[in-house]
Amino acid sequence: MFISAVWNDLNFSARVGLFIVLFFAFCAIFAPWLAPYGQSQIVGDAWAPIGGEFIFGTDQIGRDFLSRMIYGARNTMTLAFVSTAVSFSAGAMLGFVAATMGGGVDQVLGRMVDVVISIPTLIASLIVLSALGTATPTLVLVIGIIYAMPVFRIARAVAMDIEVMDYVEAARVRGEGLWWIMRKEILPNALTPLAAEFGLRYCFVFLLISSLSFLGLGLQPPLADWGAMVRANADGIAWGFYHPLLPAACIALLTIGINLLIDRWVHKASGLRDDQ
Amino acid sequence: MTLSEKLLEIKDLLIEADIDGHWTPIVNSLSMTLERGEIVGFIGESGAGKSTFGLTALGYTKPGCRIISGSIKLDGVELVGKSDAELRNIRGNKVAYVAQSAAASFNPAHTLVEQFAESPVQHGKMKMPEARKRCVELFRQLDLPDPEHIGERYPHQVSGGQLQRAMTAMALGSDPDIIIFDEPTTALDVTTQIEVLGAIKEAVKARHVAAIYISHDLAVVAQMADRIMVLRYGDLIEEGNAREMLENPKQEYTRQLLNVRSQRDAKTDRDEEDIQLRVENITASYPGTFIDVLTNININVVKGKTVALVGESGSGKSTLARVITGLLPPSQGSVKFHGRELAPSLRTRSKKDLQSIQLIYQMADVAMNPRHKIKEIIGRPLEFYLGMKGKQRDQRVLELLRQIEIPEDFAERYPAQLSGGEKQRICIARALAAEPELIICDEVTSSLDQLVADGILDLLLNLQKELDVSYLFITHDLATVKSIADEIVVMYQGGIVEQGTKAEILAPPHAPYTELLLSSVPEMDPDWLDDLVERRKRGEAPTAESIGS
Repeated sequence: MFISAVWNDLNFSARVGLFIVLFFAFCAIFAPWLAPYGQSQIVGDAWAPIGGEFIFGTDQIGRDFLSRMIYGARNTMTLAFVSTAVSFSAGAMLGFVAATMGGGVDQVLGRMVDVVISIPTLIASLIVLSALGTATPTLVLVIGIIYAMPVFRIARAVAMDIEVMDYVEAARVRGEGLWWIMRKEILPNALTPLAAEFGLRYCFVFLLISSLSFLGLGLQPPLADWGAMVRANADGIAWGFYHPLLPAACIALLTIGINLLIDRWVHKASGLRDDQ
Repeated sequence: MTLSEKLLEIKDLLIEADIDGHWTPIVNSLSMTLERGEIVGFIGESGAGKSTFGLTALGYTKPGCRIISGSIKLDGVELVGKSDAELRNIRGNKVAYVAQSAAASFNPAHTLVEQFAESPVQHGKMKMPEARKRCVELFRQLDLPDPEHIGERYPHQVSGGQLQRAMTAMALGSDPDIIIFDEPTTALDVTTQIEVLGAIKEAVKARHVAAIYISHDLAVVAQMADRIMVLRYGDLIEEGNAREMLENPKQEYTRQLLNVRSQRDAKTDRDEEDIQLRVENITASYPGTFIDVLTNININVVKGKTVALVGESGSGKSTLARVITGLLPPSQGSVKFHGRELAPSLRTRSKKDLQSIQLIYQMADVAMNPRHKIKEIIGRPLEFYLGMKGKQRDQRVLELLRQIEIPEDFAERYPAQLSGGEKQRICIARALAAEPELIICDEVTSSLDQLVADGILDLLLNLQKELDVSYLFITHDLATVKSIADEIVVMYQGGIVEQGTKAEILAPPHAPYTELLLSSVPEMDPDWLDDLVERRKRGEAPTAESIGS
């Protein structure tokens, strides 16, 4: 069966990764049923201790911490995923175009990317978001475009290596168009390095969203977001409350889980054997 | 230790390799002996186990291989079961190795003499000035130009043939008892190969070193070896004195190897001269450079015939293929197909024009997208040029597979699951799928084993008879040319030296460069190399220097 075949194909660390990712995905999908309270519902005093009436206590204004973490999984994971997907679609596509067409097109695209990349990520997104407002679609687009720049560079570098192969030349001699060469000749061979990159970028986007949320330009309160929860409750550490460590741990755990899974896939796709 | 003792004695050696997770024997209980000063040749196709077996004289097995049983005695010392540290000591002093690709074996960041001196100085055998002196001496013996100063150059500053000789000098540097040559001339042009072979043979004989010479080319081994061992799939097929084996091979397989260079039947001449492709006054250079890679090239290809384009690497023959296909627009001249001028760049050529000229590459591995199935690879031109879809397309793919003698179930495989010869057949099928009138074959057989290459040539000729397609056959291998060409064009440094029908070119008088090329093709005669070197010394046969000046 398909599922058991996939399972048998995974080594121990990949299984751990799969378990972590599935766990968070489950939380994200079934958040309204899993969470004991609503994400904006105030249920008690600020910073109720962990392990008391509320399993993970309450946050700085008395909302149930566990519920907010579960909703946070849903909000943050989805937003980060969509933004990363946008950045990869745009970045990889432009990178392939630059590599396949070369010459002037490559120069123009490359220099434009240089300009954007020279502005620090956080500052760039701050400026644009404060001008355009913080609706979620805007957020996705802005983060997607900013992160498309490094993806462009990687996609271009990978595609340049593939572009010089005889099979791409054979396609050109056949008379194939740009779209075919990008989609059928280059993309399948560039997928492995791009997937590895996806795992890392996903985590970066996660953190960027968290920073933005803290500055008031990311997900708007009262929507729960792990990063914002860390920042909002950071003061608690000084008073001996460990709340902010919980969502921080979630971010770390999910990052590790995704990368364990992707490592396995990259390993497989590169044709390495287990003993090497 | 008595003198009668063998220098190297390998007994019943069994080596297994890890192939897709299964330990499979690749050397089956082989035995051999080597006496002082003797040269033994190993011959076989790829996968015969000849390199694996040869390397065991170093007590070395490649990663993923293991010695199961048997014994390797080097000068009375058993190597099997020795630790790496012990082996390292033995290797440096007694055995040396010359690899196929000298370019990949040298460190590009150090000069030749530094690399020469590294091993003896580190082993404490010599001091630096002494090592330098010895280096010059050996470079002189191997006939390298300017032996006093060439050592100060970096690997990229000398030619491939010179590098291979420098590597042999390095191997001789530590005064080993045995040198293992692993296909040292395979990557070289024929004209260079001769110089390297001559120099190696002289140096090895003069120093009375024993050698194991590994090659897939029987004619080359015949020049070097006193005794030949024919290997196949890890088994010994035949062993014997080189001279006797060439005169009287006992096994069928050896006979096949001997006959690979035989000629094929000439095709029927036709009366009408239907000129299909006309290359007129082509001069071309690569973008951004001002050096003409091709100067004033004129070639005609007659319908249904094979024109062979011969020359060594750098002669511009592949560049000409790029000009004809439109990958490199020429700076002057034109390419005409059936009297009509083709657009210089392929971007502006019509689909019909693109379809009628197809190209087959040398390296079938990289000419096929590793992520496409065979049926997609062959099916794409069908869809692209002929508009075939679905069932009709799949049907035609199967037909083509039958035509190139490949089982139909290969359609579902990926290129990585095929052997080298099979891959090249798929590339042929891809070219045929377009139903072209002219196929440009760029060194299509040069990365294949000889018997496999022979099969490919037969296939190409049969297809030509069947489909009346013409070939522009680019090669550096004159044996291939002799066996399939109708017309021959000899190229040297971007220009045409000589062109004409096969009979005209192969019969004397030759242009000097053609003479050099022809005389450089190894013959199945153990005395051939010595004779040639003699004649060249007396100035009766042309050498690369006499052509270049």
